Amino acid sequence: MPERKTVDARGAFCPGPLMELIAAIKLVEVGDEVEILSSDKGSAKDIPDWVAKVKHEVVAVEERDDHWSIVVKRMK
Amino acid sequence: MTKQILIVGGGLAGTIIANGLCRQLRSELRCSEVSITMLGTTDKHMYQPGLLYVPFGRIREHELFRDQRSVLHSCVNFFVDPATQIDIENRRVHTQSGMTHSYDYLVIATGSRLRHDAIPGMTEGAHWFYDLEGARKMRDALDAFEGGKVVVNVNAPHKCPVAPLEITFMLREHFKAKGILDKCEITYTYPIGRLHALEPVAHWAKPAFDSQAIKYETFFNTKSVDPAARTITSEEEVTLDYDLLVTIPPHSGAQVIMDSGLGDGGWVPTQKDTLLCGETNNVFVCGDTTDIPISKAGSTAHFEADTIIDNLTSLILEGRMARKYDGKVFCFVETGLDSGTYVWFNYTTPPNPGPPSQMIHWFKLAYNRLYWLSARGLL
Ligand SMILES: Cc1cc2nc3c(=O)[nH]c(=O)nc-3n(C[C@H](O)[C@H](O)[C@H](O)COP(=O)(O)OP(=O)(O)OC[C@H]3O[C@@H](n4cnc5c(N)ncnc54)[C@H](O)[C@@H]3O)c2cc1C
Repeated sequence: MPERKTVDARGAFCPGPLMELIAAIKLVEVGDEVEILSSDKGSAKDIPDWVAKVKHEVVAVEERDDHWSIVVKRMK
Repeated sequence: MTKQILIVGGGLAGTIIANGLCRQLRSELRCSEVSITMLGTTDKHMYQPGLLYVPFGRIREHELFRDQRSVLHSCVNFFVDPATQIDIENRRVHTQSGMTHSYDYLVIATGSRLRHDAIPGMTEGAHWFYDLEGARKMRDALDAFEGGKVVVNVNAPHKCPVAPLEITFMLREHFKAKGILDKCEITYTYPIGRLHALEPVAHWAKPAFDSQAIKYETFFNTKSVDPAARTITSEEEVTLDYDLLVTIPPHSGAQVIMDSGLGDGGWVPTQKDTLLCGETNNVFVCGDTTDIPISKAGSTAHFEADTIIDNLTSLILEGRMARKYDGKVFCFVETGLDSGTYVWFNYTTPPNPGPPSQMIHWFKLAYNRLYWLSARGLL
């Protein structure tokens, strides 16, 4: 089972959810996952866009009451 | 029994907290009901934002420094003796000289550090201005530079979110003043899909870059630098040529945080409103070293420090916390060598920067001096 680290970036204007994800993913092992919680609706697009470019993998995107949960697996 | 407050880190956050506590707990310190001890790595206090001006020769190096003891209130027991192990379970901190300090309340304020060594080729191939040695080398490189491809490369995470934009505008003006702008091509790279983490700042920066012919490459997270070929390559598989590479290296927290098993990457898990470390009730965390998803900036450290001063004082005098930190951050943004603007926000109020003006630039210049009052806890 991959380990999963959660970063709660709700209400984070700067540096914001994607920057938090970029920093967090450097600290996990290849094959492990980072779950990012974001209240910024742009994240639901930004994060998958970046993940595709950098060739990691989006494992799940879930819209909850007032935020999104996006789980990304480190692939390299 | 004397209540012992131990502060690890004598940078901005640690210094403001120490001085603020001395003011609030004056009589308790006088009759030894409370003691305040600080552990630092150096007897000099550096004004880090001043480093931005070093590559352009616009500040004298001695203006960046004061003796740490002269900045600290005389009631603080200050030791230049870095912490090597922070043992939260046993309420003890071990130091390089072999001392052990026990505490009732601990403040962790060990900041962040540059990790150019984490990216292959970056140390050899790039310049930076985030420490004095780097800023000096960059000044020499700028003196020798007669034109070519300049890449300003930004990596995550890093402190001072606005310095990358500021250095880009300042470089352009420097080349113009030197008469070589027509021989220079500046490209700015940024980790996410816009020019700045703060959306309104990114919106303002884009037309400013376009009108000044500054190119940009977004979604650029550095994988490696090849100093021989003078190229920089991103995880997103884009390679850029450069003649002069200026980088904002990725940062990590202090080694002691990692060695003490307090947090991945040296970032200490911190409650965003109480600033307490994890589930503890006597360990506060302040400044760059927190893992709070917020800008790593002097102003953040300052507003957090004010909250911790009130809460620690209140805990000691009344056995209760006084208030919560609201996530406030304030930043000046230099938009060139003669103009600036500012931006503030907190956990609930989004940022909304005003138009740049010369007046705000002057205010930032004035702040470069006022900093010392702020560190002493007078501002
Ligand atoms: C070029 C530049 C420009 C900047 N511009 C701005 C700006 O315009 N506005 C703004 O708000 N911020 C700015 N900043 C950021 C600001 O300087 C930092 O965010 C701020 O200093 C953070 O305070 P701190 O106390 O957390 O960390 P620091 O001030 O870095 O202090 C941490 C201290 O802990 C010490 N330490 C580390 N390990 C140990 C140990 N084991 N034992 C004891 N001590 C230890 C370090 O030596 C250091 O003295 C800028 C920074 C740079 C580099």
